[in-house]
Amino acid sequence: MKKTALSGLAAFAALFLCAAASAQIGSPYIHDPSTVVECDGKYYTFGTGSGGLISEDGWSWHSGGVRPGGGVAPDAIKIGDRYLVVYAASDRSNNLRYHSRVYAMWNKTLDPTSPDFKYTDPVDIGGSNGYEDCDGIDPGLMMGPDGRLWLVYGTYFGYLRVVELSPETAEPVGRPVDVALSCEAGEMMYNDGWYYLLATHGTCCSGVNSTYEIIVGRSKSPTGPYVDNVGRDMIHGGGKLVLASEPRRIGAGHFGRFIVSEGVEKMSFHFEGDLDRSGRSVLAMRPLLWKNGWPVAGEPFRNGEYSLVSERRGYALELAVNNVPMAGGMRGFSRNGDDTVVALEDQKLADVIGTWPEGGIGVRIGPELYRPHQAWEITEIPELGGYIGGAYCKITIAGTDRALAATADREVTTVPAFTGAPEQLWRIDRLTDGTYRIMPKFVPGTGEELVLVSVADSTPSLGVFDPDSDNSKWNLVRH
Amino acid sequence: MMRKSFRILLLLILAVATSVPAQAQKRNPKIDVAEALKGYFRPVTTPSATPDADGFIRRWMILEPISKPNPTNRVFTDSYTRENLSVEYFPGQLTMLPKDGDKVKVTMEYQPPVNLSSNRPVAPPQQQNQPKFVKATLTWHALDSDHFFVKLFRFATGLDKDRYGVIFWTVTVINCEEDIENVRLAVGSNKAARWWVNGEEVLLLAGDRHMGVDSAVSDRVTLKKGRNVLRGVTMNGPGMSEFCARFIDDTGKPVTGYTITCN
Repeated sequence: MKKTALSGLAAFAALFLCAAASAQIGSPYIHDPSTVVECDGKYYTFGTGSGGLISEDGWSWHSGGVRPGGGVAPDAIKIGDRYLVVYAASDRSNNLRYHSRVYAMWNKTLDPTSPDFKYTDPVDIGGSNGYEDCDGIDPGLMMGPDGRLWLVYGTYFGYLRVVELSPETAEPVGRPVDVALSCEAGEMMYNDGWYYLLATHGTCCSGVNSTYEIIVGRSKSPTGPYVDNVGRDMIHGGGKLVLASEPRRIGAGHFGRFIVSEGVEKMSFHFEGDLDRSGRSVLAMRPLLWKNGWPVAGEPFRNGEYSLVSERRGYALELAVNNVPMAGGMRGFSRNGDDTVVALEDQKLADVIGTWPEGGIGVRIGPELYRPHQAWEITEIPELGGYIGGAYCKITIAGTDRALAATADREVTTVPAFTGAPEQLWRIDRLTDGTYRIMPKFVPGTGEELVLVSVADSTPSLGVFDPDSDNSKWNLVRH
Repeated sequence: MMRKSFRILLLLILAVATSVPAQAQKRNPKIDVAEALKGYFRPVTTPSATPDADGFIRRWMILEPISKPNPTNRVFTDSYTRENLSVEYFPGQLTMLPKDGDKVKVTMEYQPPVNLSSNRPVAPPQQQNQPKFVKATLTWHALDSDHFFVKLFRFATGLDKDRYGVIFWTVTVINCEEDIENVRLAVGSNKAARWWVNGEEVLLLAGDRHMGVDSAVSDRVTLKKGRNVLRGVTMNGPGMSEFCARFIDDTGKPVTGYTITCN
């Protein structure tokens, strides 16, 4: 095989690995996924047809979820110590296509191996009669900040409708209200004084040819009007785009919100066609960001070389080594434009690595100069596990195997070589404000969840995450 | 035991009955249009109308749907849309100003009756040994929409016509007391469509579209003093069909200073 062919193969493999790393692993095959729900430390989502997916860590997904009733596009929510699951099915009693009903059932657990696992009988809680401009499928649930439970349902055939449900029985306690036209896969959420209606436009159920896209409008009331960013009511066909497709993954739909903790949110959905997985429909998760009061789909993490810049000061995490001066120095204050202008090379790792100690080297935070001791290579390692929304990463000085690691005294340092030890694995969550939380998988000697913090402008450490403090936040500046 | 001649007659009756589409069997030529379209349209009863407060045009002449079986909404590429909405389905389709009750004769693709439980044709025509084309006489209806949109799907179902894979011709007249310059025709269309203002094509809308207000607008046009003909043709697949149309100015505000008549 020629070298060029080998290079091409390597490049393709690298592309594939990079692309694959930003998708959930295992067998995340599902269509119309429900909102991801956590139950006893495991994660669950259900899809069209029977069954669903289970994940131990939110990263690796496998079939095994159990949902009776069949039908389409379920949703799930935890209310108190019970789980409410809704789904829709066609009622053939009057032989009309759009005679569709939403059914609700409860369970004490979603774990099918638990002795408490037993669904209640499904109860009809609403839908469409086959004659009206509504197709009562694609149910979505939301618990408002005031403890009121809401259901949205509908498809392109007419209106999306919202109705209030009893949080005790899931039975309707009000009349359905039309809130949107010509969309489907509705879901609602509440944030900072606004109710948001997420839905889809575009062609469903077409795999790699899908044009499914997630759109949003917002309202001060759960019953609307839901208006987009340019003032169009969703009942007039409005909607602000949240996510459509991305490279290698086509047709985003069936939004679900998962709040990890304050300031850390994820959105779940399906891509109808994953080109790296035979064009199958797959579960996907992305950071959920908030910008000017609107939800924004964060981009998937990309392996690469970054500066880790503190939100506190704007300084960069660096090895605690001598800052080796670059050749040339100050060129003076001359305004003479007759000199030939040349481009100087960046300082290279080879220029400085010989000055570094060979053992463990501490870290600090310093002015960003884009020098080798400030350049961090962040690489997902899917085979070493993950968390909800991503795979654990190693963080190494670019061009070396020197790895960032948590220490037993709750500090942070570097070790000469990455070994895959859990204290050398890092969880990187995009926060709702667009900054990042950087968290070791494991801190030796403690069961606490700690994150990389700036305890001073120049001093990194590990500490408890505070979503209201810039000390807990970092920016990844791509080199 | 039946006599042979009676059995032949019975078989003939059965053969004819089973070859007629189910919808055709149900269709009532004396259908009460006002009742059939209740909740969506009302027959025109006044000499003229005005756009609604948001500028939407609600008065239209609408021709009963022309069958054009489209198996999915993925077919509506630019070229498919232009090609199939360029076919001459009836003489004068780009120039005529019909009156309520006027009829046109068309030759259109045959489609089997809809299986209402799936809302899809029961089988492709070729599998039913049916003719590829059939002749039909279709009627123009002068209607005022009850909504800002024109729910073509309910127009078809209300009149018990083919509802999926059909083409709807619509036309209306905009009457201006003086020239209104630099306006744009703004259309939301479910699904593919072509639109003309005074005979000039101003919009081609392809793709599996949903109806969103102002989802596409024309280049700037002038509504001239007097009569201006606004004509559109909309084609759907196996789903809802509807459109909304208005004129907007350079700031995006609706234009309302005109009256609307059917012809």
